[in-house]
Amino acid sequence: MARIVVDPITRIEGHLRIEAVVENGVIVDAFSSGMMVRGLEIILKGRDPRDAWAFTQRACGVCTTVHALASVRTVEDAIGISVPRNAELIRNIMEAALYVQDHVVHFYHLHALDWVDVVSALSANPQSTSAIAQSISSWPKSSTGYFRDVQKRIKTFVESGQLGIFANGYWGHSAFKLPAEVNLLAVAHYLEALEWQKELVKIHAIFGGKNPHPNYLVGGVPCSINLHEVNAINSERLNHVAKLIKDANTFVNQVYIPDLMAIAGYYKDWGAIGGGLSNYLSYGDFPVNGYNNSDSFKIPRGIILDRDLSTVHPVDTKNAEEVREYIKHSWYKYAGGDDVGLHPFEGETEFNYTGPKPPFDNLQTGEGDKYSWVKTPRWKDKAMEVGPLARVLVAYASGSKEVQEIVNSTLKTLDVPVGALFSTLGRTAARGLETKLIVGWLQGFFDDLVANIKSGDTTTFTREKWEPSSWPSTCEGVGMTEAPRGALAHFIKIKDGIIDNYQLVVPTTWNASPKDPQNQRSSFEAALIGTPVANLDQPLEILRTIHSFDPCLACAVHLYDPDGKLIHEIKVA
Amino acid sequence: MPKKLPSFWEAIEEKGYSRRDFLRYCSIAAAMAGIEAAGLPKVVRAFEKKSRPPVIWLHFQECTCCSESFIRSSHPIVADVILDYLSLDYTETLQAAAGHQAEKCLQDTIKNSRGEYILLVEGSIPAGNDGIFCMIGGRSAEQIFKEAAQDAGTIIAWGSCASNGCVQSAKPNPTNATPIHKLTSKPVIKVPGCPPIADVMTGVITHLLVYGNVQQLDSQGRPKEFYSRRVHDTCYRRPYYDAGLFVESFDDENARKGYCLYKMGCKGPVTYNACAVTKWNEGTSFPIQSGHGCIGCSEDNFWDNGPFYRHLPNFPGFGIESTADTIGTTLGVATAAGIAAHAVATNIRKKKLIDGQKERALKDKDLNGDEGGKE
Repeated sequence: MARIVVDPITRIEGHLRIEAVVENGVIVDAFSSGMMVRGLEIILKGRDPRDAWAFTQRACGVCTTVHALASVRTVEDAIGISVPRNAELIRNIMEAALYVQDHVVHFYHLHALDWVDVVSALSANPQSTSAIAQSISSWPKSSTGYFRDVQKRIKTFVESGQLGIFANGYWGHSAFKLPAEVNLLAVAHYLEALEWQKELVKIHAIFGGKNPHPNYLVGGVPCSINLHEVNAINSERLNHVAKLIKDANTFVNQVYIPDLMAIAGYYKDWGAIGGGLSNYLSYGDFPVNGYNNSDSFKIPRGIILDRDLSTVHPVDTKNAEEVREYIKHSWYKYAGGDDVGLHPFEGETEFNYTGPKPPFDNLQTGEGDKYSWVKTPRWKDKAMEVGPLARVLVAYASGSKEVQEIVNSTLKTLDVPVGALFSTLGRTAARGLETKLIVGWLQGFFDDLVANIKSGDTTTFTREKWEPSSWPSTCEGVGMTEAPRGALAHFIKIKDGIIDNYQLVVPTTWNASPKDPQNQRSSFEAALIGTPVANLDQPLEILRTIHSFDPCLACAVHLYDPDGKLIHEIKVA
Repeated sequence: MPKKLPSFWEAIEEKGYSRRDFLRYCSIAAAMAGIEAAGLPKVVRAFEKKSRPPVIWLHFQECTCCSESFIRSSHPIVADVILDYLSLDYTETLQAAAGHQAEKCLQDTIKNSRGEYILLVEGSIPAGNDGIFCMIGGRSAEQIFKEAAQDAGTIIAWGSCASNGCVQSAKPNPTNATPIHKLTSKPVIKVPGCPPIADVMTGVITHLLVYGNVQQLDSQGRPKEFYSRRVHDTCYRRPYYDAGLFVESFDDENARKGYCLYKMGCKGPVTYNACAVTKWNEGTSFPIQSGHGCIGCSEDNFWDNGPFYRHLPNFPGFGIESTADTIGTTLGVATAAGIAAHAVATNIRKKKLIDGQKERALKDKDLNGDEGGKE
């Protein structure tokens, strides 16, 4: 039996540590630890709720916008307003643009190097790569000369002796299965995607002024529409958006999806590895008829239990019996003891670091030990996986025709059973499939925006409850969204126009958390159990499964303190 | 083992670029760095000689928006930066290696390039408390930073977290989030912003590669090249401010005409950044152009200078604007009289600000010596 530590897990957002116990080449126990904490929620207390989007947006700069969106929805829910049609569409366009950009970056720049051997690409025959490229896609950059140039560039880079970001990778590992020619194709597209990804998010700059961290607004969107003015969203700005969307459709359909399918074909065995939990949660998103009308969401809301796709269970985040957070194995303490779970509205936080003083080699992870800054959320005391796979499964089970079609045809093309969905491969494939759907919806949202403007409606902001004096003296609200990484909810309590309590329960908190008091594992730990590790010194397989979740640790770790205690004064154990 | 490293010119020549392409690149880089035509030969020489300098990029208490911004760079594009300009030896966000192999990359660069490597830091450091609020590879952020800073040739603070602590250092700063310049005695080039503009980040790097570590910095340590002008003074909506034409509510008639956002809380008048000139995402837009006021994200303590939608005069210490505001309120800002009074007052204020800026410029000059760009 051996214990492996992977810290830092790279190619993610934030600071994640994985300790895994390996027996006979297979992981038998695993511990996921969030290693950084900032305290956003205590910082929010006492501030103007209309500013909260900007603070919470800084929870994550990778899935930038999602916290801002959840936040404005939370405040709008609390004060009881809905946003104009144009604002709903522009928010959808911004969120869909994020999804597409974020998923493409995840696939090529955060996940691909787990499957693609860069060094192997050097021995590829560029002519064969060209033939493969042309057989799977009509993407024009596919000539022999093109791939020869890419190969030459990488060769020169490697021969310089300065390997930069590719230094010390697990090159030559026995778990890499792609032919050299496919490796070269993937490396070429790694570089193309890196150049392309900066384009689509220009949509955020057009509507929100900048990316990362575009501007949002409680009550609508900050930009105005005026077809008779250069100083507003006009036909030129909309044409720019239209072009970016068109190019995104081309890139996703001609590069990302063909590459995903080609690579997946060599890793079908990963359709039986890394499944982990059997419960899936989606809050749903992309309202087309108002945020309060969740039945009309493009991504449906609901829960799947025990991988039973015949039933979708409803979810109510305001119900204190449903969503609760535990701290049995997290570095906090509750007044009611370490075994209770608290609904976010009633949450409490006090630091209680019991781990070793750095520098250290191992964390203590025994039965009563705490080992993470991430809390452990549960739905009716059940562990839930969130993210692309959860969304696709909930949509499939909810009867979404387009999701059923794309999932069924993909299973058929890859010639794998339905059970392959519940796996590391299934998770990575689900992310690609939803990208294909969402980039199509993106065009639809834009067409609807143009049609609405054409009908004479240019309103982008609801003014009547802008002033806090128009709000009830106390109110509370929940704002939900599906971030690219999964179900995200913000909770607010407002008192006399200022924030009395604010909390975030974010996707990676669901997935990366330590065990709960009943010793149930969360997604990361559960998915690692049974994963083979061929070489203990190069645990490539751990990276594959963990990266398939697209971890985002900065937003997973947060804390709140409804009593406003100055927690930095608390003595550390 | 590693042979003689190719220079930038050799590297791009190898890729099939012509000498003409190379010179064109140099002139663009020089223009970006604010170097006049006479300085161009120096730029060309610099790119001809240098191999890719080793770079360590550390992540601490941050949200990775700086890394995300960096990869949005359009000139140069980031693939060229990481393959041709720099040797990005350690960056948790992009590097292939993980765990102890990743940590070895860090150790190797510190050991083999002592005094030469560029240290880029994204994120604040939770100082004290035994380092438990941010730990990587079993070590505290503070330990890692101090070790890497000790032998660094140049240290750059990426973004507001590393420059001023940013959101986690907003009151009450629960984890004692600390900007990096407080934890080293070495000079730190600060590139604040949440995040900084992509082409400003690559611009700062380009400047370093050409001239070495002698950027002209202001009194706070920010490159003057990008942080010497207030957003307000470079804003295309400035004429509306001077004329007293203001947005009174989001999406009102004045918003739809693109009038000044000062009354919506715009912090452009107290924010030094390149947003209105360089703009964001390859010059696509910047916050004010898209209808939202500047939130001042490159200034110290900007999170505690809110609320964001309250306009500046309501804050202590902002000076003459409070007079303008009083006049405006008394007469009714929507009336012609109010607008005229405001315009008069703002012009008085403008003169004061220009005077203030002159003083500030003189002060910076004293602090930085007369000439920047010395070799």
